[in-house]
Amino acid sequence: MLLRHTTAEVKEREGLTINPAKTCQPIGALYAALGIHGCLPHSHGSQGCCAYHRSMLTRHFKEPVMAATSSFTEGASVFGGQANLLQAINNIFTIYEPDVIAVHSTCLSETIGDDLQQIVTKAKDEGKVPEGKFVIHASTPSFVGSHVTGYSNMVAAMATQFAESTGEKNGQINIVAGWMEPSDMREIKRLSKELGAKILLFPDMTDVLDTPQTGKFDMYPKGGVTVPQMKSLGDAECSISLGTYTAEAGAIALDKKHKVPFESLDIPIGIDATDRFMMALAKAAGVEIPEEVTRERGRLVDMLTDMQQYFHGKKVAIYGDPDHIIPLTEFLVSLDMKPVHIVSGTPGKRIEQRLREILAETVPNANVKNGPQADLFLLHQWIKNEPVDLLIGNSHGKFIARDEDIPFIRFGFPIVDRVGHSYFPNVGYTGSMRIVEKILGVLMDRQDRDAPDEKFELVM
Amino acid sequence: MSVARQYPAPSEVKEELLKKYPTKVAKKRSKSIVLNDPDQPKEIQANIRTVPGIITQRGCCYAGCKGVVLGPTRDILNIVHGPIGCSYYAWLTRRNQTKPETAEEANYVPYCFSTDMQEDHVVFGGEKKLTKAIEEAYEIFKPKAIAIHSTCPVGLIGDDVHAVARAMTAKLEDCNVFGFSCEGYKGVSQSAGHHIANNGLFKHVVGKDNTVREGKFRINLLGEYNIGGDSFELERLFEECGITLVSTYSGNSTYLDLMNSHMVDLNLVMCHRSINYIGEMMETKYGVPWLKVNFIGAESTAKSLRKMAEYFGDEELKAKVEEVCERELAKTTAALAASKPKTEGKLAMLFVGGSRAHHYQELFKELGMKTIAAGYEFAHRDDYEGREIIPNIKIDADSKNIEELKIKPDEELYKPRKTAEEIEALKAKGVELGEYKGMMPDMAEHTFVIDDISQYESEKLIEIYKPDVFCAGVKEKYVIQKMGIPLKQLHSYDYGGPYAGFEGAINFYKDIERMVSSRIWKLIDAPWEKAKKEQPELTATYVA
Repeated sequence: MLLRHTTAEVKEREGLTINPAKTCQPIGALYAALGIHGCLPHSHGSQGCCAYHRSMLTRHFKEPVMAATSSFTEGASVFGGQANLLQAINNIFTIYEPDVIAVHSTCLSETIGDDLQQIVTKAKDEGKVPEGKFVIHASTPSFVGSHVTGYSNMVAAMATQFAESTGEKNGQINIVAGWMEPSDMREIKRLSKELGAKILLFPDMTDVLDTPQTGKFDMYPKGGVTVPQMKSLGDAECSISLGTYTAEAGAIALDKKHKVPFESLDIPIGIDATDRFMMALAKAAGVEIPEEVTRERGRLVDMLTDMQQYFHGKKVAIYGDPDHIIPLTEFLVSLDMKPVHIVSGTPGKRIEQRLREILAETVPNANVKNGPQADLFLLHQWIKNEPVDLLIGNSHGKFIARDEDIPFIRFGFPIVDRVGHSYFPNVGYTGSMRIVEKILGVLMDRQDRDAPDEKFELVM
Repeated sequence: MSVARQYPAPSEVKEELLKKYPTKVAKKRSKSIVLNDPDQPKEIQANIRTVPGIITQRGCCYAGCKGVVLGPTRDILNIVHGPIGCSYYAWLTRRNQTKPETAEEANYVPYCFSTDMQEDHVVFGGEKKLTKAIEEAYEIFKPKAIAIHSTCPVGLIGDDVHAVARAMTAKLEDCNVFGFSCEGYKGVSQSAGHHIANNGLFKHVVGKDNTVREGKFRINLLGEYNIGGDSFELERLFEECGITLVSTYSGNSTYLDLMNSHMVDLNLVMCHRSINYIGEMMETKYGVPWLKVNFIGAESTAKSLRKMAEYFGDEELKAKVEEVCERELAKTTAALAASKPKTEGKLAMLFVGGSRAHHYQELFKELGMKTIAAGYEFAHRDDYEGREIIPNIKIDADSKNIEELKIKPDEELYKPRKTAEEIEALKAKGVELGEYKGMMPDMAEHTFVIDDISQYESEKLIEIYKPDVFCAGVKEKYVIQKMGIPLKQLHSYDYGGPYAGFEGAINFYKDIERMVSSRIWKLIDAPWEKAKKEQPELTATYVA
């Protein structure tokens, strides 16, 4: 047993987090900033954070992940990191020539109280920001929330610091993208195109973290939202945010500053969430949902009605980020599955509330917890007490899956031991079909593996 | 066969590497970029602060302490005191494998423990939360030892992890709790963390068990972290030779073995950078000499084993070592013969951590490949130029706060293992105790040695030299590969290995052969693109 010390007896913990179901803010901010075209993310802290965040994102995407750091030393940690950031801004623009530097902070710079706004203003005043270039910043203290919060903070910073209003609407629908894979963003854009809606997706990681092998390294790949596009956010007709915990803050910022009304939706994982997204988008764009999209939905439903027997009543344990696991749970419930254990390391009262609403009818007694100590250690203990048929979450779950011999699907962030997540979507009707295919795949593999010879089936 | 390639003069290359930098940066980087002369190693600037914004490969002090040195010991429970990230990112991301002997034995390696500090702990202090976390860890896991690792905010808010550790050691009785002030901002790189880890282990663990273990030849292997099973291969070799390996720092190690590690007669040092402190301190306090070895490369493995046998001076041991070496070298020679036709004459570049950029040059030499540029992220001048320059190293303001322990010979246990005459005699036979000559003397003339290389410099080097293999880490991997150059990760081994010892050499030959001859690289250009590149004017000049 790999996790040999994990026993069934659950003891209340207050001090110790074991095998977390979250990580810290700056990695989310770094990820979001990669969705800006020509942007170099910058970590204002000691360089270890930046190395770790780049490494983790690289392991997940198998792609270059560029970012710079202020490389704090002990001196800077005591007297402030202003000089480091000013030097960094100058060096970055001279050596790496980005259009935008997107600065985020760490627990170090937040604890000493560095004021990013003031330092960035000083850099501009001292002429360290070349004409036509930009420095934006988001405060991302690691001791608040999780990586989800960091993503949200950077998205809000993009909206606040770039969007302008000319006073004239431009007919555009902003789609604020919550934490999704490039493949999911591509799918959102495809569906919007099917509808004929004029949208601007931001941030946009397509063609940034799924770039082709060309024999040439582009420090700033083709994709990402450009500065003029981000300026145009303020003139949009409305915004649709996808992901309450990662995207809504961006939409709220646009509403507050530029009176762009918004609708806050879930990331469209599963039928219901995708239906809501399609209807909201159609309404915003003033169009009918085209036949092809309806047929696409129908194909998914057809697959579900065909295979219904394999889902019904299966118990599932889920862990991950709220914007992923909320619509996923809703989807699984609609498949007659039973999510009995759910954890998310991300704190916040609304998370458990939403999950409870979704589970109320079918699994009212499910174990649900989020925040510190809502970790994979606890999830594993729950599983020991009430075994499940399926485990869904990021790569860290493979240890539990192996020890308990549970069919396992990789979903969410990070996935560091498989590929596919950045190339094939989980959102929309097509993405939902892929989730279903994966669920069936592992459940049927298990049935095949365990069946005695006489009950081994050719047709399933 | 490779075609002879033409390159610009080295001085021009260096100029090119520095050209785009702001003046101050260029001046600083210039001292860390050295054109090698093996006969007269030049001074290189190393172990100084990173240029902000330059895109470094480096990590932090915490990574060096928890991630590298303490992480691999399976039964010390490591609690990271700080917000969640530091603990999360060091969770199973270094491949220090460990293999408990029984199903009951403690193994905390697959676990990640954190105090998960929140805003109120930053404001009001986190000592209470840390105390609670230790109590809970003890209650659930009953470990024999708990190590606490401080992260950036801990030092700033003034949490005293050492006081908490002392109090908890007293309270828990059968659990040794000790702390490391390895805040990420300490020093300038992972290196500071190694030093802090060495000090902590020496103060709190080494010397706690004075039993003399069985075995005629007892050694420790220092600075070997069992990445991809490297130590397993070395353990196999030691066992076959009749050597008792008491402890490894710290791959596949246990707390009990570390406590007893001062009772050996020789320390073998693999990674000089991370562990030379313990080697030195153990010699001063207990009289155990250390010998620099290199178990990377078939020839260097044999050479290191023979030196070790020579140290013990036992004829039976020497014969046994000879037998093992001959048998194993026959296998590696056969493997090499299969791979070398594909690798001969190709070019390698290595920019890795604090020791592998040197060690792995041996394997490339065996493959007939030339290392044209190499460097470390965080090594010090002695790792580049050799230990004899240590008295000339000036410790700058950024590193002066890293504690130097004052070690004295132990009144009871100090016992020199060799007399001065014996040490001289060994030296004459090439067994130089307490010596490391560094990377530069082993590199050819006109090769580049670059410390703390930046993204920009790597890109330029690749543009100019177009190496056949580039060795670095995961952050560099896909950047370099997008340029059409295969990258061998020499931290994680790209999830393969082992690469140490004889078996490891064979694995490495095969992996490099695969990498430099893979057909996949030829697929980069689509056929229609290729046609355009090869005959760009085809359509324009076509006349019907």
